[in-house]
Amino acid sequence: MNTLFDKIWDSHVVQIVEDGPTQLYIDRLFCHEVTTPQAFDTLRDKGIKVFRPDKVFAMPDHNTPSDQQEFINDPVGRKQVETLKENCKEFGITHFEMGSKDNGIIHVVGPEKGLSLPGMTIVCGDSHTSTHGAVGALAMGIGTSEVAEVLASQCILQQKPKSMRINIEGVLQRGVSAKDIALYIMAQMTTSGATGYVVEYAGSTIRNLSMEGRLTLSNLSIEMGSRAGIIAPDEITFNYLKGREYAPKGKDWDDAVKYWKTLKSDDDAIFDKEVTFKAEDIVPRITYGTNPGAGIPIDGRIPTLDSIPEADQIGFLSQLEYMQFSPGEKLEGHPVDYVFLGACTNGRIEDFRAFASIVNGKKKADSVVAWLVPGSWLVRKQIIEEGIDKILEEAGFELRLPSCSSCLAMNPDKVPAGKLSISTSNRNFVGRQGLGARTVLCSPLTAAASAITGVITDPRKI
Amino acid sequence: MKAKFNIINSTCIPIEIDNCNTDLIIPARYLASTTRDPKFFGNAFMHDLRYDAEGKPNRDFVLNLPAFSETPHEGVHEIIVGGQNWGSGSSREHAAWAIAGYGVRVVISSSFADIHRNNLLNCFVLPVVVTKEFQQELFDTISKNPEAKVIVDVPNQIVTNKETGHSEYFEINGYKKYCLMNALDDIDFLLENKEKIETYEQQK
Ligand code: SF4
Repeated sequence: MNTLFDKIWDSHVVQIVEDGPTQLYIDRLFCHEVTTPQAFDTLRDKGIKVFRPDKVFAMPDHNTPSDQQEFINDPVGRKQVETLKENCKEFGITHFEMGSKDNGIIHVVGPEKGLSLPGMTIVCGDSHTSTHGAVGALAMGIGTSEVAEVLASQCILQQKPKSMRINIEGVLQRGVSAKDIALYIMAQMTTSGATGYVVEYAGSTIRNLSMEGRLTLSNLSIEMGSRAGIIAPDEITFNYLKGREYAPKGKDWDDAVKYWKTLKSDDDAIFDKEVTFKAEDIVPRITYGTNPGAGIPIDGRIPTLDSIPEADQIGFLSQLEYMQFSPGEKLEGHPVDYVFLGACTNGRIEDFRAFASIVNGKKKADSVVAWLVPGSWLVRKQIIEEGIDKILEEAGFELRLPSCSSCLAMNPDKVPAGKLSISTSNRNFVGRQGLGARTVLCSPLTAAASAITGVITDPRKI
Repeated sequence: MKAKFNIINSTCIPIEIDNCNTDLIIPARYLASTTRDPKFFGNAFMHDLRYDAEGKPNRDFVLNLPAFSETPHEGVHEIIVGGQNWGSGSSREHAAWAIAGYGVRVVISSSFADIHRNNLLNCFVLPVVVTKEFQQELFDTISKNPEAKVIVDVPNQIVTNKETGHSEYFEINGYKKYCLMNALDDIDFLLENKEKIETYEQQK
C-alpha cells in the first residue's frame, strides 16, 4: 500500500537520524553556475574531494546570452560561468560548456539526454528541479549548503514530506495545453497549497499527456509550494527515454524497464491528501498578478475587490498596482510589448511546434518584440531539422540560442520597466523579467496568438 | 562566524508581506556573484523595496523607518516577523544569506516555503512557525510599540511576546536543535557517516 513517492524515498534511505531527518542517497546532482560557486568553496575550505563525480553533471544556463555565445559582456556573469568551468575541471565533473551542442537549461537537458531516469533521486540548486519528476523520479530543489553536502557525500538530510495525489480526468479541449492545466491547478491550490507535500499527478488526462507536457506540468509543481511533482513512468516515458545518450542500452535497458514498470502507486496506497479536477473545466489561462496562482481564464475578468477576502485585499491591490491593471478588468485584447517563448517550462520541441502551428502563414505584429528561445541545443537542432525555423522566419520571428533568457533578469534579455510581457515562463514575480517589468504567464499557443495580433489573444479564436 | 543558539531576547522587524518570495528578499541580479561576503548579501536584503530606481532609500519601507532602521545586533532587530508563506519561489540560498548577512537570527512566520526553510537552517537562521493568531498579535504589538521584545528560547522551544506575556511552543527536531545550539553543520555530520554511505552503495 505504498505510494510511488514512498517507493523511491524508501529505497534511498541510508539512515534515519535519531530525532532528526532522513539521510537520503542521491543518484544525480545537477549544477548550474548560479547556486554552486560557494558550494565548491566549502569543499576547498574543508579540503575534501567530490565523493562521486560520475553522478554529477554541470552546465551554465542562467547567464548565457541568447544572441551570441562567444562571450558574456557582463563581467560578473562571465566570472560565474568561468568559475563553474574551473570548478568542474578541478573536481573532475562533466561540464556541458556554454555554446556546445550538449548545453542548455538543466531541466531541459537532463531528461532529453537520459540523465534523469525513473526511480532516481535527483537534486539541483534550483527550485524547478521538480521538472525531472515527470519521468518518474523524485526530483527536488535544494540550497547551496545542500549542494555542498551532496558534492561531499552524495546525500542530503531531509524530513520526509507528506504525499498528495492530484487527479485530472477527462479530455482536454482544443487549444488547452499542459501549461493551462498547471495554471489552473495553481489557481485552485494557491501558491502555498502544496507546501510540505510531494505531489503525484495521476488520472486519464495525465496518462494521455506527452512527455513534454508532463515536464511542463511537473516544472510548475514548485509554484504551489510542493517539494516535488512526480508522474508514474509508462510507455510514453519509456518511448521518450529509449535511445537517449545516457539511458541504459541493450539488456540493461530491458532490465531497467522491468524495474520501472513497478514504479507506481499501489491500488490501495493512501495519500495524506487527494484532490481531483476535471479536464473539461480547463480553458486557456493567463495570470494577472505577481504570483503564478493569480490567474484567470483568458476570456475572463480580473476578480472584483469585493470577491477577495478582506485580509487579502491589500495584497491583491498592490499586485494590480504593479501590473497596472484594475479589479474587474478584462485582459483579452490588452496590448502586449514583449512575447517570450522558452524557459524550462516551455522551451521544448513540442512548444515550438505549438507556437509554429499558430503563426504559420501569418505575420508577427510590428509592435511586438518576440524572443523565441529553445531550451537546449538539441531542441534547436530538432527545430531546424523539422523546418520549424523556416515557418517562424517567414512569419517575421527570429530563432535565438539556448538559454534561460528572459525567464529571469540575469542575462541581456531583460524586459524594460513598465513594459508588458506575455511569457511562457513560470514566474510573474515583481521584477522577474527585469526591473519594473510586468509579466503575464501563458501557454505557447496563447503566446503565439498574442504575438500575431499584438494584444492578449485567445488561441481558440485564431 | 556561526554563533551558538540559546535564548534570544530582541526587538523585531515586522515585514508584513504575505508570499514574500525569494526574488523580493534578494533580486536576481545579486545572484551573479561568486562571493560569500555576508556584507554584500546583507546590503542586497529586500533591495528593491528598500531603495528606489536611483538607489535612494524608500522612506516608507519598514527597514528605512527610524524605528526599525538600526542594524541588528544583540537585543536589537535580531528577529524578523514575516508574513505567511515566507520565502516562496526560487531556491536561491542567497535569500537566506541576505537575511543572515543583514544580521537577523530568527524569522517568525505562520508558514514557510520548504526549500527556504531548509536554507535558513543551513545558514544558522532559525525559522519559527507560530499560529496565525500569534503572528497577528506580534504585528499588532510591534506596530503599537516598536521597542517591544520577543524571547525565542531555543532549549525549551518557546517563543514569547513579552508585551502580552503570550507564549507558543515551536517545533524543531532534536538533531537540528543540537546542531544550532552547538554551531554544527550538516556537512560535518554527513562526512562522519561515510561508511554508512558506502555500505548503502554496495547493497544497491
Ligand atoms: S528557465 Fe527560468 S525557471 Fe528555468 S532554470 Fe532557467 S531561470 Fe530557472
